[in-house]
Amino acid sequence: MTQDKHANRCSPDVRPGRLDAATIEKNFGDIRPPLSPAAALVEADRCYFCHDAPCTNACPTGIDVPAFIQKIRSHNLPGSAHTILRENILGGMCARVCPTEVLCEEACVRNGSEGGPVRIGLLQRYATDPVYEQGLPVFERAPETGKRVAVVGGGPAGLSAAHRLAMLGHAVEMFCRDAKLGGLNEYGIAAYKTVNDFAQREVDFILGIGGIDVRTGMSLGQDVSLAELQQRFDAVLLAVGLGDTNELGVPGEDLDGVQNAVDYIAQLRQAGDKSELPVGRRVVVIGGGMTAIDIAVQNRRLGAERVDIVYRRGPDQMSASGHEQELAKSEGIVLHHWARPVAFRGDNWLREVEFERTRQEADGRLSGTGETWTLDADVVFRAVGQTLSDDDGTSAGSMLRAGGKIRVDARRRTSIPGVWAAGDCVAGHDDLTVTAVQDGKLAAIDIDRWLRANEEDADPWQT
Amino acid sequence: MADLSSNFLGIRSPNPFWLASAPPTDKAYNVNRAFEAGWGGAVWKTLGEDPPIVNVSGPRYGAIHSNERRVIGFNNIELITDRPLALNLEELRQVKKDWPDRALLASVMLPMNEQAWATCIPMIEDTGIDGFELNFGCPHGMSERGMGAAVGQVPDYIRMATEWAKKFARVPVIVKLTPNVANILPPAIAAAAGGADAVSLINTINSIMRVDYDTLTMYPATDGLGSHGGYCGPAVKPIALHMVAEIARHPETRGLPISGIGGITDWRDAVDFLALGASNLQVCTAAMVYGFRIIDDLTDGLARFLDAKGMTSISELVGRAVPSVTDWKFLNLNYVEKAHIDQELCIKCGRCHIVCEDASHQAITDMVDGKRRFEVIDAECVGCNLCTSVCPVEGCISMRPLREGEDPRTGRPVTAEKLNWTAHPNNPMRKQTD
Repeated sequence: MTQDKHANRCSPDVRPGRLDAATIEKNFGDIRPPLSPAAALVEADRCYFCHDAPCTNACPTGIDVPAFIQKIRSHNLPGSAHTILRENILGGMCARVCPTEVLCEEACVRNGSEGGPVRIGLLQRYATDPVYEQGLPVFERAPETGKRVAVVGGGPAGLSAAHRLAMLGHAVEMFCRDAKLGGLNEYGIAAYKTVNDFAQREVDFILGIGGIDVRTGMSLGQDVSLAELQQRFDAVLLAVGLGDTNELGVPGEDLDGVQNAVDYIAQLRQAGDKSELPVGRRVVVIGGGMTAIDIAVQNRRLGAERVDIVYRRGPDQMSASGHEQELAKSEGIVLHHWARPVAFRGDNWLREVEFERTRQEADGRLSGTGETWTLDADVVFRAVGQTLSDDDGTSAGSMLRAGGKIRVDARRRTSIPGVWAAGDCVAGHDDLTVTAVQDGKLAAIDIDRWLRANEEDADPWQT
Repeated sequence: MADLSSNFLGIRSPNPFWLASAPPTDKAYNVNRAFEAGWGGAVWKTLGEDPPIVNVSGPRYGAIHSNERRVIGFNNIELITDRPLALNLEELRQVKKDWPDRALLASVMLPMNEQAWATCIPMIEDTGIDGFELNFGCPHGMSERGMGAAVGQVPDYIRMATEWAKKFARVPVIVKLTPNVANILPPAIAAAAGGADAVSLINTINSIMRVDYDTLTMYPATDGLGSHGGYCGPAVKPIALHMVAEIARHPETRGLPISGIGGITDWRDAVDFLALGASNLQVCTAAMVYGFRIIDDLTDGLARFLDAKGMTSISELVGRAVPSVTDWKFLNLNYVEKAHIDQELCIKCGRCHIVCEDASHQAITDMVDGKRRFEVIDAECVGCNLCTSVCPVEGCISMRPLREGEDPRTGRPVTAEKLNWTAHPNNPMRKQTD
């Protein structure tokens, strides 16, 4: 989308500055402001210190939630942060972006006694914020082992693995496609969930352990090959995420005005002044996940007059949580279910989208009913998922895939000895930040075990 | 609604709640505000001989807080009144004149010579007060000068000073006891022997609140040094209740009127003290922490409680629980209770399990058929009440008596026959019944 294209037309209505800068700044303030010390103590007191705590069992990284809350209660914030970060090195970001309402907070026994959980996410943020604000050291690096590990990908899984490996004494080299580390934390998460430069401050904290060399602007398959990495390093971890976005395969999809949600969100996250971003008057989002909600809400908050989300199945099948769906509704966004786009229309620039109603057949398959309806649209965002790109170098050689993603075993080993994979690029992954962190951690633990077992081995590639 | 009016030693007040001798009764300004708020009476802050004592101008108070900053325990190093005696007497006179329906008493602390009592008691009584309270309890500062708790810890001194007070006073004399003794009965007996009309208890408990975690010095401190203070507030109520009940049930002190003091914060605390033998109540910390308006809950709650129990006056409640207090050796060792967990109410926090596992008798499951479920194992449960105590859901765990059959833990039959330690076969000193 460029300015001059639509400057020649009266429609579509796509322009920057729909709201003044001050309003936009307010709209993109912290959506869940941090707890004050007094509020945190009261909230911490609500924790029952459960035995075999359901919240801990619900946390993909297994954070000992009652233990960290007890340390808030006892005014031991450094200890609390350590309890969180030893299981989840991105505990600061996860405190902001985890769908806690379907994880730890859903499991909280307080739901049973009073219909409201302990606000674990906010407490986790309270305990960890001082780490980044005051630059507190939390972990010490073990003596160097002399082993070298390549971590490909700078997102949550890669960062989690790199930190753990460096802490265990290995020398880590990170290869990152983007200009900044952080992956979706830096480029993908809705701006009001991680305000200011938090993602980079967390990266700085992680790198602060030492022993991690970062090489940005390096894409696997283009700037460096897997074979080269295998040769130069004792172990390789692939945490490349999902580089490609799905297309709809609908006529008119190449019209100007039809774009990828993730690209716009990345642009938004990197924008110095959000009031300079072009915003459509009527925006349509296609998809049912977190990205769909994020792009819709952010467009509303940038001043889009009307935002519609259209999803081909029902509310229960949306991968966006109920909490996120409610957020969208509270922003005045209209959610349409059981409809799929069948045509994008316009002259060069998009004008309207035609949808067909859908229904689920007895066998679970989705089919169109033939009934159609249209929505006027200045911009359409595709938010229908991402895929592992074929030219990222992971398809090279004998690496097995499943469902288009890399196949790994429980230890996160790929089919190639000495090569591990973690995060969104792995088959069966649920695409949550917190799961990616756990994946990276598990891979790092196994790499460490493998490297130590092979210390005397002349050829580490033969296991 | 039930009538809360009180007649304690012939001193009438619209309700049994008096403000204890303490900072809230330091002067007319405070006492007038208290009476406006509805307090039944006030014991004026302890009077002493001129020249007045001097208080520290640093911290006088320290508190133990919950995380919501609720004051759970409180302590102080304030001394008796630091105002001239004449000023206090003038104000006492005026307040009594302005509030004839309220109880107004003077707390006094005088040195251990009869002349001081002969001089001061009639002078104070002349203000029109309804009674005296002898401060034999203050545990800090004054006790270093041979007064307060220094008197209250020596029964002979209590008796001697009480006799002097009674000799020169025409109005009732209450002796306020210190809890800083091994056994509360000898001081109470001494007070009665000296002619006291009543005892009031407890005064505050010797205490140090904590250290300052930065300086590693005692906290609170005055210019770097601290001194132990008197502990009070909700945390001390159980200690006070025990001492009140001891006096209420002991043959030598039974019938001695008691003014109950110690952590009374809401009306339920008042019920505790009354049922365990107090017939008057004094409050300080709650007023210091919340202000005088808490009297509304105290009186309203107590009146509604009496209504609910079908009682028309507090006298029907006084001492009701005293017969249930006994020595351990008289407890029925044949009686068996088992904890029972209401699965409908259980929120599955697992605290009952872990405390039973770690600190008691391993009598609560955490898994049943592979599912998170907390059930009492009767064959292990000793009925200790630990699970009930830690369960966050009120009413979820209850203690249920075994009425028949056998105790699956001991294999012994449950019997209605009582057996206490005095007759138990394991007691080498048991009474031979056959």
